[in-house]
Amino acid sequence: MPKWFNSAVLVCGVMFAISPLVIAQAPYESTMGLVQKVFYYHMPSAWIFLTASVVCGIASARFLATGNSRHDRTALAAAEMVVLFGLVTLVTGPLWARKAWGTWWVWDARITSSLVGWMIAWAYLILRQYGGPGSEKLAAGLALFGMANVPFIYVSVNYWRTIHPATTVVPKLPFSMGFPLLFCLAAFYLLMFLLMKLRVRVAEQQARLDAIYLSLDEQA
Amino acid sequence: MVRAVWLIVRKDLTVEVRSRELAYTTLFFAVSCVLVFAFSLVQEGRAAEGVGAGVLWLAIMFAGNLALGRTFERERQSETLRALMLVPAPRPAVYLGKLTGIVVLLLLTEAVLVPLVALLFQAELLAHPIWLVSVVAAGTLGFAAVGTLFAAMLVRARSRDVLLPVLLYPITVPVIIAGVRGTMAIAQPDFDVEVVRFWLSLLAAFDVVFITLALWTFEPVMTD
Repeated sequence: MPKWFNSAVLVCGVMFAISPLVIAQAPYESTMGLVQKVFYYHMPSAWIFLTASVVCGIASARFLATGNSRHDRTALAAAEMVVLFGLVTLVTGPLWARKAWGTWWVWDARITSSLVGWMIAWAYLILRQYGGPGSEKLAAGLALFGMANVPFIYVSVNYWRTIHPATTVVPKLPFSMGFPLLFCLAAFYLLMFLLMKLRVRVAEQQARLDAIYLSLDEQA
Repeated sequence: MVRAVWLIVRKDLTVEVRSRELAYTTLFFAVSCVLVFAFSLVQEGRAAEGVGAGVLWLAIMFAGNLALGRTFERERQSETLRALMLVPAPRPAVYLGKLTGIVVLLLLTEAVLVPLVALLFQAELLAHPIWLVSVVAAGTLGFAAVGTLFAAMLVRARSRDVLLPVLLYPITVPVIIAGVRGTMAIAQPDFDVEVVRFWLSLLAAFDVVFITLALWTFEPVMTD
């Protein structure tokens, strides 16, 4: 791993350690009170979830086009990020919704498309795990469809109705709320970057080990 | 290209006409599904409003899954998949041929399913037949477009029987949403043509995007 990796891990750890203090400094939102503070973890994890989905789709397309397994390793790492941060998003969301809307779950556009996007990432990992040899190519095809699918689900459910807050609220936040949000966003993006780096590295080592085994077999 | 597609469709249909294996199993399975739903959802001769549309699409989805898995399994068992892949025609032609065969089979199944659901669930599905045919055909095409690609992809994979629905259902959620909503709108007493048109255009957009994507991905995923 590069030299800066350990220091970056340290910075990330410190950011997450002090994030509760930063969030505690933010004022209470007038109607929702304390529970609104879930937002400082909910929104950054949702952004990572979307970013990772797009990274997975693009890396898969490049893998299909070029056949270079470097892109495949990136796609695999990104799919795992989708599952991880999707879980955080889908757990923190209902916690907030229970208080803000009085219900754990609604079939709203954003929520439904997130759930389906999360399920597609699971399907991707299941396919790679149990599909046997050659499944990485099939999984790349699936990831492409997953990426193209999200706008459709979004449009189709949006036509019913939506109560999820729009993204337009973010630039309008006062500094006292905006700063903790940006702080958490930076911490989450750093975490995603480091985890991806680590996961790609593990996959690279696995590929190298497989290559060594294969060459030994050929010599024997 | 068109000729290659036609030859593959004719081959599949000839095999099917001789054995009738897929048509009978798919149809029987779809009808059993509808009956099971009728037993569990229809109480005292009445079903809740709008249930019919949902049941119709669930039956199409389940039966479609079965047919998709079987059509490629047949090629694998009789070891004709390699021959199919060696056909001196572009790969997308093989995909389109298989897709057409599946769509024809599913449309035949739906011709039985629609009246059955309308009867058992007292849904006014047949009030606007042209709209219904358009919505059902567009939805079936979208479902089969993704399904044919995935079934073809998985033919060489391990545990393909389980993997097909695992991959297919999350991806086809929008077709099912649009299909159910569109069919529900057709069965409404106060028929609103604008609503049906909206869902139909969504289905058409879905079909275009997914067939294009499938044509593009079929070649790399089916090449060793």
